[in-house]
Amino acid sequence: MSTFRIFDIAGSALAAQSVRLNATASNLANANNVAGSADAVYQAREPVFEVMTDAAGETAGVRVSDVQTRTTEAQKLYQPGHPLADAEGYVYAPSVNVVEEMVNMISAQRSYQSNVEVFNTVKDLTMRTLTLGK
Amino acid sequence: MSDALFGIHAKALSLGRARMDVLAANIANADTPKYLAKDVDFAQALKAESSTGSLKATSARHLVTGGSGGSSSAQEVWRTPLQPSADGNTVDVQIEQAQFSEAALKYQASLNFLDGRVRALMTAITGQ
Repeated sequence: MSTFRIFDIAGSALAAQSVRLNATASNLANANNVAGSADAVYQAREPVFEVMTDAAGETAGVRVSDVQTRTTEAQKLYQPGHPLADAEGYVYAPSVNVVEEMVNMISAQRSYQSNVEVFNTVKDLTMRTLTLGK
Repeated sequence: MSDALFGIHAKALSLGRARMDVLAANIANADTPKYLAKDVDFAQALKAESSTGSLKATSARHLVTGGSGGSSSAQEVWRTPLQPSADGNTVDVQIEQAQFSEAALKYQASLNFLDGRVRALMTAITGQ
């Protein structure tokens, strides 16, 4: 057992949650990014979390195993005046659900906070252990 | 020697650390699909550690078992989820946070006892 394993665990969660926040930020930023065809439209990103185990088979945190793109169909919007509109007057918007993304963001934020809390608590306890008897 | 000086608290410290490892892993995996929350049966682990933890080395060629490696895996138990979730994850963050706070507090209590002990010994040694 490494004495500082707990920092790796909390740290891995911070990294994973920040990837999730990045994906959410990317999705929100591109929510109104319309394109001229259904293929060229932005696809929402979604990180997939996975348990990380160490050599001894013990749980050692979390990692992002993959960042998948959502396969939901693009929204077809009729905007004949738009410069990117196709021959029939349609533009294509990514199927990013802003409410869903906000919920995702809050969830990631809360998880991040929990792990920072763990990190700080353990740091304090470790400092106290190191100064034992002084 | 150290057992007589510090009693059960040295073991409680390393086990408390191991338990906090497990709880931190639960909190870290709060959003991981299919992750099953774990906990350490602290009382059982401490009992096992105290009774079988320190084998006597009667020969110089015996391996010394410290017994405080914090190997808690034998006493690891799955947590019963209060409410099922669609992705098969059984972590309830509130419960984990409460348990973690409790573990941290107990760790701190053990630290305080050890601290007092060390101070008492220092007083005895220096005589001041």
